Amino acid sequence: MNFDFSEEQQMVRDSIARFVQDDYDWDTRKAIVASDQGMSRDNWQLFAELGWLSIPFAEEHGGFGGNIVDLSVVMEELGKGLVAEPYFPTVVLFGGLIKRAGSEAQQAEWLPRIIGGEVLGAFAYVERQSRFALHDCQTTATKSGDGYVLNGEKVVVFNGEQADQLVVLARTSGDQSDSDGLSLFIVDAAAAGVDKMSYAMMDGQRVANITFKDVSVSADALLGEEGGALSVVDALTDEAIIALAAEAVGIMGVLNAKTLEYTKTREQFGVAIGSYQALQHRMVDTMMAYEQSKSLLFKALCEYKQDPAMAAETIHALKVLIDRNGKHVFGEAIQMHGGMGMTDELDIGHYAKRLMMINTTFGDATYHRNRYIETAYAA
Amino acid sequence: MDTAYSPEDLAFRDEVRGFFEEAYTAELQTRLRSPDYKNAIEDWQRKLYEKGWVAPNWPAEFGGTGWTATQKYIYETERSLAGIPNVVPFGLVMVANVIMAYGTDEQKEYFLPRILKSEDWWCQGYSEPGSGSDLASLKTKAERDGDDFIINGAKIWTTYAQYADWIFCLVRTDNSGKKQEGITFILIDMKTEGIKVNPIISIDNHHSLNEVEFNNVRVPAKNVVGEIGKGWTVAKALLAHERTGIAGVADVKRAVRVIKEVATKEENGGQRLMDDPGFQQRLADIEVELMALEFTELRTLATQAAGGFPGPESSLLKIKGTELQQATQELLMEIAAYYQGVLPTDLDPDALGHEFATEARRNYMYGRAATIYGGSNEVQKNIIAKYVLGLE
Repeated sequence: MNFDFSEEQQMVRDSIARFVQDDYDWDTRKAIVASDQGMSRDNWQLFAELGWLSIPFAEEHGGFGGNIVDLSVVMEELGKGLVAEPYFPTVVLFGGLIKRAGSEAQQAEWLPRIIGGEVLGAFAYVERQSRFALHDCQTTATKSGDGYVLNGEKVVVFNGEQADQLVVLARTSGDQSDSDGLSLFIVDAAAAGVDKMSYAMMDGQRVANITFKDVSVSADALLGEEGGALSVVDALTDEAIIALAAEAVGIMGVLNAKTLEYTKTREQFGVAIGSYQALQHRMVDTMMAYEQSKSLLFKALCEYKQDPAMAAETIHALKVLIDRNGKHVFGEAIQMHGGMGMTDELDIGHYAKRLMMINTTFGDATYHRNRYIETAYAA
Repeated sequence: MDTAYSPEDLAFRDEVRGFFEEAYTAELQTRLRSPDYKNAIEDWQRKLYEKGWVAPNWPAEFGGTGWTATQKYIYETERSLAGIPNVVPFGLVMVANVIMAYGTDEQKEYFLPRILKSEDWWCQGYSEPGSGSDLASLKTKAERDGDDFIINGAKIWTTYAQYADWIFCLVRTDNSGKKQEGITFILIDMKTEGIKVNPIISIDNHHSLNEVEFNNVRVPAKNVVGEIGKGWTVAKALLAHERTGIAGVADVKRAVRVIKEVATKEENGGQRLMDDPGFQQRLADIEVELMALEFTELRTLATQAAGGFPGPESSLLKIKGTELQQATQELLMEIAAYYQGVLPTDLDPDALGHEFATEARRNYMYGRAATIYGGSNEVQKNIIAKYVLGLE
């Protein structure tokens, strides 16, 4: 039993931490988020050079061959810096689907380009009505000759504005809510009939609603088995939730540290506000919320590393706890920063907004508590 | 980052399970719930001693098991899942650790083997009628008289003092400095003249708590553990050990299992409680925190296995663990519904119409103490604020 990170993992951690400290200060991050693209292409190339984009991919495709722990180290450190570049949509989601479901040819085509920073990707899966039900899908892919024709709309596609390539979840058979009959397609974002409407999210992400009108794709655009996409997407979701939880743990740690520092220096009534027991006990509560979240993340990591199926219940529990504890931590951070916590100028509120987006991505606490109950308490 | 069991770990788990199945007999279980509790738990501890497993937290040189952190965790998990009570902590966990760390060779040679064999029953003399959470304000006085100390004062909330052969006490040997100075850790034979034990009945209608009075009690100075006047250092080290044990993560796991079992049998309007969405949500909330706390404890164990002493993080375990204990006790009381109020009775469960309510009531009522003893949870938060967060 050990909860140590390997030397390699520590090196990756240090390398990202150094980048955040030296090249991603708060003003820089604000300027990047406000820029035309909402990200820095130079940074993305740097990430490629430093090997961060290669972490979860196999060595045969030029990857680092990392496991879930390696990925979580990256996500935690990116979270600490509120890094806006689309690592999660491109590497974890788009790349995650290709490494899971891709044929040898598809992997050879796309993974080296992701790793090299040449392609930005997105996973288009949310629909207006679907909320967190991945199988609730109205977008269709109809067989036509050797290929398929896609019709429908996906909303709030992370990195939808900048992505060059999309993986689209579409129905090849069955009714709107059937578990079977879903398929994944790799679609060029510039293909005829693909139309996107971009907008910004509160956490700095650029997303898009993307419509598909008679979009023709060839047969080799099909990713994985026709009709069998749901199990692939479920598997991806498990890894993605752990990655997001690691990011959330990174953010909570930063919020607690910043708040603690503030209460030691901010004076009211002639003393540091951190000398008041009412605040001290609340900061102990947020520290415990952070440690508990980290512990459950470790449990998920250890189980997933052994066998992803082993982590199923823990992953639902993790999403519940991250949601609750995240809100607790950022709520207290804003409160204890007082009026300053209310300002857009200070970073506290921005960390809070990223936590809120993490909470809702792939299901919030209520959703995952229900899933946990279904899984663990089945009669 | 790895918690996978090795084949040796799995074999060890099977061995522990097999031993418990054989040794923790139905007869022993009945006696543990009867007025014969004291003899029964001592018998059980002697069985563990014979097996060599009574003191997993001791170094092997003193008769501990020499287990890895993983083995300790496996043992503790199997113990609680089998419904086996923990050993009485005052001797085997608390005073033993102090004697091993601070005791003289003579004290180690005399007391440690006796503790291992459960020959002495120990109790803890920390709190006083005027000193609860503010432990350092204690007033029980020890005055030097030749080779002895003469002790006057009173200790309170002393668990099972009515059974005890020995009490370990914090006493005041000096009044001149700060209140943390001048405190001395001393071992007192309960048969010494001038000691009087007064029972306190607690809100669970049970007698486990006592007040212990000391009137001119003569104690040899060689019974002091550590330096005279340095008892506060000794006391703090012991409290860290106590807190780690109080978290009781494995016992909360067991409580959750019991809750699931009874909620599958109990019905409300023809529906199993286990299928009631409101009930399911409350149980799920407990389980989510429990899963996290289990790994918080494992992280602490791993730190200790690497040579670290339980530090302020044991306060976190104590706070969260006791909160979860109370949450499970509360849920079990609600499942018992009207029967939650049943006092001990000679009626058998068939005649009464219920079987677990009396125990649920006792656990729930006595469970209130968990957030108070070992340093109240508010004091634990003070400790974390000061020593972990650096807030003054």
